[in-house]
Amino acid sequence: MTTLTATRPRLRGFTAESTFITRSLIHSIRDVEALLMAVVLPVMLMLMFTFIFGNAIDPSGGYVDYVVPGIILLCAGFGAASTAVAVSRDMTTGIIDRFRTMPLRSGAVLTGHVVASLARNLLATAVVVAAALLVGFRPSASFVEWVAVFGVITLYILAITYLFSAIGLAASSPDAASGYGFILLFLPYVSSAFVPVDTMPEWLQWIAENQPITPVIETIRSLLLGTPMGDSAWWAVGWCVVIIIVAAVWGAWLFRRKAGRR
Amino acid sequence: MDLAIHAIGLRKRFGRTDVLDGLDLAVGAGVVFALLGPNGAGKTTTINILTTLVKPDEGSARVAGFDVVAEADEVTQRIALTGQSAAVDEVLTGTENLVMLGRLSGLSRRDASTRAAELAERFGLSDAANRRVSTYSGGMRRRLDLALSLVVDVPVIFLDEPTTGLDTRSRQELWRLIRSLADAGTTVFLTTQYLEEADRLADRIAVLDGGRIAAEGTADELKARIGGDVVELRGRDGELLRELPSDGSVHGLRAAMDELDRTPAAATEGVKVTIRRPSLDDVFLAITAGGGTSDRSRDLIETK
Repeated sequence: MTTLTATRPRLRGFTAESTFITRSLIHSIRDVEALLMAVVLPVMLMLMFTFIFGNAIDPSGGYVDYVVPGIILLCAGFGAASTAVAVSRDMTTGIIDRFRTMPLRSGAVLTGHVVASLARNLLATAVVVAAALLVGFRPSASFVEWVAVFGVITLYILAITYLFSAIGLAASSPDAASGYGFILLFLPYVSSAFVPVDTMPEWLQWIAENQPITPVIETIRSLLLGTPMGDSAWWAVGWCVVIIIVAAVWGAWLFRRKAGRR
Repeated sequence: MDLAIHAIGLRKRFGRTDVLDGLDLAVGAGVVFALLGPNGAGKTTTINILTTLVKPDEGSARVAGFDVVAEADEVTQRIALTGQSAAVDEVLTGTENLVMLGRLSGLSRRDASTRAAELAERFGLSDAANRRVSTYSGGMRRRLDLALSLVVDVPVIFLDEPTTGLDTRSRQELWRLIRSLADAGTTVFLTTQYLEEADRLADRIAVLDGGRIAAEGTADELKARIGGDVVELRGRDGELLRELPSDGSVHGLRAAMDELDRTPAAATEGVKVTIRRPSLDDVFLAITAGGGTSDRSRDLIETK
């Protein structure tokens, strides 16, 4: 009797990650409706805040400058929330068990989702910024500051998307995952994203000042518009790095633990 | 003989139910092995344990020579799993699925493409290779599913109910493909609810009942366990009224006929008696029902 001895080698480098990134990017491109929503919704929000609430909040007409960083983070939250649903739905398909029975790093599937979501999100961000420029957004940033803004936004998107892809794994169903996503759609309101923190009641100020979104907003605002930076950048980067590490470890653990429980 | 799969005393509890209750298995290399059982008998749990997806509560198992818990990594390098719901990516095309699996199995980009084209050809998917899988029929999906398991010629392949939901033609096509794998030396471990599938495809069959193996052997060995023949009473339109096992002796046959005499329907005009060899169905019912075919004959009478 012939006995087959071929084996799958453990992959070197980032072959698994790049393969899953390709997979998730193809998924993104083929889901045209979701891609459109990811771009159109943030633009609509930006226009709504600028033209409907804008003059009430800041009659001088400068609200668009204030609100754009917040809209960018809201749009990142929307992307992360949809990633949670995508991950959760992916886990209900049979192919995930096939991946689990292959010698692959357990975080690789999630990394694919996260990087594809980052690409979608950066596209949406670029469109929001372009639309904002058309309706009067006038940032004073230099080229280097723009690069720094790009870096901070990328880091923030990675952090919340990784966190929410792990939440998508933990959720019992795609519907539940979608429910958790609402946290991200509300959290930016309890920060300096849309109105200054000192206009809020005192107990809410404490939350707004100490949650991760405020330092990220303040850092972006400072880079774009020259408002005081303080130690916001350190807090922003610190928060993001901690969230990424926690989410990556938690996600890889969940991916293994949830095997065979579809 | 080399054992491709060897499980000893596997136990698994989910909540308060013992899904597996001391399961033992020994599957030789290059064999098609069918695990047969009703829904909820623990077939999928068995596959999940053997493919490292789930850890057993007790007992141990070796697949391709490695322990599924302590050496899971070694095991996953040597197996392929085709799960119960088709393990294919619906959004991707057939070719993209095959190339993805090739890349994940350590093939270079070029080798993965070559292999994808080869497999698409062999599984009759060449024409559909560049279409999204969501447009595939059930049979095509299953063929792709099986092709994905063969991107690398691993020694052991697991198929969880590979033909559930397929039409007869697709099923026979898949049987032919699975058979050709075994002929090439691959060990195939499959679960099924279809007795015909086990009968036609498997070298060895195990019947899973109550979380343990109730019977194991070739299809003929299992049929021999039931002894003699089956006596059937059929109505005017050929509908089955009653069936009784018999040990094949004159005495046994007479006892069966006496029993049939007590069936009121036996006196009706046009009702016929036939004798046939036992099928795997009879074996399966005899084993899983515990009480032999008489339980089933009672059911038939009661539903009349």
